[in-house]
Amino acid sequence: MTAAVKPASAVASKTRGRLGTRWPLHVTIIVLMVIWLVPTVGLFVNSFRPAADVAGSGWWTAFIPPWDFTLSNYEHVLARQGLDQAFINSLFITIPATVMTVLVAAFAAYAFAWMNFPFKNVLFVIVVGLLVVPLQSTLIPVLRLFASTGIAGTFLAVWLAHTGYGLPFAIYLLRNYMGGLPREVFESAAIDGASPATAFFRLALPMSVPVLASLAIFQFLFIWNDLLVALIYIGATSSENLPLTVVVANLVNSLGGETHFLTAAAFLTMALPLVVFLALQRYFVRGITGGAVKG
Amino acid sequence: MDQRLITAAIVVFGVPAVLVGYIWLTERILRIMPEQRQGRIRPWIWIAPALLFLVVFLVYPTLNTLVLSFQDRAGTAFVGLANYEYFFTSSSTLISLRNSVLWVIFMTVGVVGLGLIIAILVDRVRYEPIAKSVIFVPLAISFVAASIIWTFMYQFRAPGTTQTGTLNAVLELVGVAPSAFIQTAPLNNFFLIIVGIWMWTGFAMVILSAGLKGISTELLEAARVDGANEWQVFRGIIFPLLLPTVFVVGTTIVITALKSFDIVYTMTSGNFETDVIAHRMYQEMFINGHFGRASAVAIVLLVAIIPFMVLNIKRFREQEAIR
Repeated sequence: MTAAVKPASAVASKTRGRLGTRWPLHVTIIVLMVIWLVPTVGLFVNSFRPAADVAGSGWWTAFIPPWDFTLSNYEHVLARQGLDQAFINSLFITIPATVMTVLVAAFAAYAFAWMNFPFKNVLFVIVVGLLVVPLQSTLIPVLRLFASTGIAGTFLAVWLAHTGYGLPFAIYLLRNYMGGLPREVFESAAIDGASPATAFFRLALPMSVPVLASLAIFQFLFIWNDLLVALIYIGATSSENLPLTVVVANLVNSLGGETHFLTAAAFLTMALPLVVFLALQRYFVRGITGGAVKG
Repeated sequence: MDQRLITAAIVVFGVPAVLVGYIWLTERILRIMPEQRQGRIRPWIWIAPALLFLVVFLVYPTLNTLVLSFQDRAGTAFVGLANYEYFFTSSSTLISLRNSVLWVIFMTVGVVGLGLIIAILVDRVRYEPIAKSVIFVPLAISFVAASIIWTFMYQFRAPGTTQTGTLNAVLELVGVAPSAFIQTAPLNNFFLIIVGIWMWTGFAMVILSAGLKGISTELLEAARVDGANEWQVFRGIIFPLLLPTVFVVGTTIVITALKSFDIVYTMTSGNFETDVIAHRMYQEMFINGHFGRASAVAIVLLVAIIPFMVLNIKRFREQEAIR
């Protein structure tokens, strides 16, 4: 109780003031940061080194003159291993699937948040339950469905599958946010004669932009980084449609001794997620904490 | 290429147009109906697309997989429990089961423990945002990229030659014999799990850190003024208050560990006794072409996850009651 009346600044200066005893804390944090960074930095340095150097010495020796850096690893995987095409495929898969998930989820979330209908709660509990269903338990029947309708191997198949798999989390996140919007806004809109559709497009959607951004980033990264869904539904039959993850994972086995190309390949898969992540980290974090803590 | 660009454009603009058009059109039709019926039909129109996706891609396939797991290789005849019997007696599936248990235990303990420690440590320094970003970044990249990053970390060359892998070079520096981390069973499982921990610790850290910020600083300072040391503050206040959050994070990591597939697929293809159940399922499905056995593996995975599904629903109900 005594501390509650104490000015916050005095408390802060008390804990901050013991700089002499704080160096173990700083050392621990910096060591942890180094441990977390070294694997990626090592690979990044190696991706610019000639094949002979990568095979003959560790990445840390690259800093000793004479420096010998090259872009040939990137040129090779882009031109000759087809990673340029795979990069475009990844975009073709990720963007439409993200758009579909966000829109379909927004309609459902709006209905769950602001409309009344029988079995509403039961249906939402089912959505919560579906959150954790492993997609492995759906692979064979969905693959058969795609095969019988003739869309196995196409982009359409992965768009639909990713939308289905992403929906439980998407509906859950959006419904929690939309349910928290002020009731008065929707009530006065209804009194003014606005239809539910108008209220959705003019009020609910614009007011939900932060959570829509979180969801879109989340879904974008999830689909871009996905290996299993693309591997199963596009698979070997239409290899010209494969995204980066699958092509690079297969390179690991097919390249054998030429592992120096993998360094550049790995960085090509990471480039876009890293840019998206570093630019929009705030929304990404909000999506994670909103989905997990608030439930 | 041009054809694909057109397809992509159609989808990016066409899908929203179709969905918005669907709402617009049904709204027009609803408006002709009596008011009362409008209110009854409208919600179903809004959730229909989502329900259709959930039924087609999650509910029906899962039930179908359950049926397939009692059938033979091609799904033509019922074989009773034979696929499950195979799962629990074959040495290769038993190894994958053992490894999945290792993944669940060590990845969860590693991620939650490290996430908690880092969240508490960085809370006390001014460069907290940078430190958190560094730990968090691996979550944004794919398991495939992470696997390649760590393949180079674990790289092994015969003793006597120059070690090019970071970890073996460090071992050499301190005078320890180099190790073939990935090829030596059973320890290699732990080295694969480390990749998972490296990726997911940021996830736990971010959520626990948000929970930590929610604890009143007055409460903590009161305890400190009353003479509690940092360990007592952690044991007595921080940990009990964070426990629900620790539990939520732990649940997510257990499920992630159970479903882990990508690291094993990329780094070892399940060789050197590193197979896990999610990868075993892929093997049964595509390498062995046995849909019955693959379905049985998937159902075992689902059954392992069901307790967490029940917990999730229970927690959701409690939160709704407070709402």
